[in-house]
Amino acid sequence: MDFLRPASWEEALAAKAEHPTAVPIAGGTDVMVEINFDHRRPEYLLDLNRIGDLTEWEIGEESVRLGASVPYTKIMENLRAELPGLALASHTVASPQIRNRGGVGGNLGTASPAGDAHPALLAAGGEVEVESAARGTRLIPIDEFYKGVKRNALEPDELIRAVHVKKADGPQQYSKVGTRNAMVIAVCAFGLALHPESRTVRTGIGSAAPTPVRAKAAEEFLNAALEEGGFWDNGKIITPSVAKQFADLCSASCNPIDDVRGTASYRRHAVGVMARRTLTWTWESYRGTRRTTEGAA
Amino acid sequence: MRVNFTVNGRPQEADDVWEGESLLYVLRERLGLPGSKNACEQGECGSCTVRLDGVPVCSCLVAAGQVEGRDVVTVEGLADFAKQRSEGGCATGACGTTLQDAQQWQAKGTDSQTGEGTELSPVQQAFIDAGAVQCGFCTPGLLVASDELLERNPNPSDADIREALSGNLCRCTGYEKIMDAVRLAAARQSEGV
Ligand SMILES: Cc1cc2nc3c(=O)[nH]c(=O)nc-3n(C[C@H](O)[C@H](O)[C@H](O)COP(=O)(O)OP(=O)(O)OC[C@H]3O[C@@H](n4cnc5c(N)ncnc54)[C@H](O)[C@@H]3O)c2cc1C
Ligand code: FES
Ligand code: FES
Repeated sequence: MDFLRPASWEEALAAKAEHPTAVPIAGGTDVMVEINFDHRRPEYLLDLNRIGDLTEWEIGEESVRLGASVPYTKIMENLRAELPGLALASHTVASPQIRNRGGVGGNLGTASPAGDAHPALLAAGGEVEVESAARGTRLIPIDEFYKGVKRNALEPDELIRAVHVKKADGPQQYSKVGTRNAMVIAVCAFGLALHPESRTVRTGIGSAAPTPVRAKAAEEFLNAALEEGGFWDNGKIITPSVAKQFADLCSASCNPIDDVRGTASYRRHAVGVMARRTLTWTWESYRGTRRTTEGAA
Repeated sequence: MRVNFTVNGRPQEADDVWEGESLLYVLRERLGLPGSKNACEQGECGSCTVRLDGVPVCSCLVAAGQVEGRDVVTVEGLADFAKQRSEGGCATGACGTTLQDAQQWQAKGTDSQTGEGTELSPVQQAFIDAGAVQCGFCTPGLLVASDELLERNPNPSDADIREALSGNLCRCTGYEKIMDAVRLAAARQSEGV
């Protein structure tokens, strides 16, 4: 095995171009487990820790450009206002030690259906910035990034530079089912974001299909129901039958399996429960902010 | 490959390191520092917790090559690390714990029951006084994590303590005495004893 230690992003891209089989290692919280247990013996490890840019973020007009290696701890501490869904999801990852090392770039690299960043990213909306020495930068919409169980849209010579996540324009929530609060890989998980500016709701489901998915049919139904009832303007409580229909459609958009963590039918059920709850929580919060802004006016 | 890094304030060099090796393996097997424990090698138990550039991490999940040029504090250097912190840095310029001292480091001192006669960090003393150590396998990781918590948050709530230690498993104590120890260390710290 060879250990490659590029000191800059350009050097890293060059190394990846020269050795497309090289395995990038950022926080190492996925890669090292595989090496320790001899599940993986890469020819080359490509260390990204010396590339300082990868641990930085920029808050722009529309979105946050989050460096691939920004650890979860930093997201929780610094980006709660801009990326509330991702900050909540980050807080559910493993333990403080793991959150101090692991980040979204590694989560996207592994592309596990259980990765906690994915539902939050799908719900918020955004793009993955990837780059290769040969073809330069391309932006992959998050909806097109997940290709199969632990497969993503990266080409062998590409590295993830950053994720551009839409800044929250409304309340966001993240919910996860597991056996305890810490150190739990999701049985299933659900992210939801209200986007009052575009009057849409977006979702993300984890661990309930071969890839992280959005519940598109449920979103379309809810968007139409909210529009029709004038809910965005009148700020009324969402009709229970609408919430129920939304939850049922979220359940229906799952394609889960039975495994050691839970059965398919449990997952489908739990996704429906989380969908209804996160919708209620975010909508209550939206109504609350509407009331205070109206009161102030 | 060769890895150069700082361990407990002193420069160290590890030779013949395999490229896929963990920091934990380098500490234990190459540098002879068995304080950091190996219980799972998959980030689940926290018994291998060390500070990497000040940040608590599972050393079993850090690749050896990633620590080149960086700064690691292990449980063997914790007493000295805490002392320097309370003194506001290293006055003499010869602080830190030598490899030899670290290899021989024990909490024993002259009285093996109480740790008397050894310089312990406040959390180490509190773990002994509160009876938070049974088999002791989890203790080094918990000490490093607790010490970092109190550095960051001198007056933690119970929820803060639980959160900070949520990555450290203990199979013996049921955690209550560990909670007591951290509360005790925090109280002593705020009284300045
Ligand atoms: C005990 C434990 C508990 C865990 N619990 C959770 C949990 O609750 N939720 C969760 O989502 N995950 C969990 N994980 C998995 C892991 O922590 C996350 O997936 C984390 O986000 C990985 O980030 P990393 O930087 O450590 O990735 P690494 O291990 O460094 O890399 C992961 C993958 O991504 C690739 N990669 C990394 N950076 C890049 C890049 N810039 N460009 C291209 N490819 C890249 C690597 O080659 C590798 O294939 C857990 C892991 C452990 C050990
Ligand atoms: S040995 Fe590293 S976390 Fe268990
Ligand atoms: S004292 Fe035995 S594992 Fe904690």
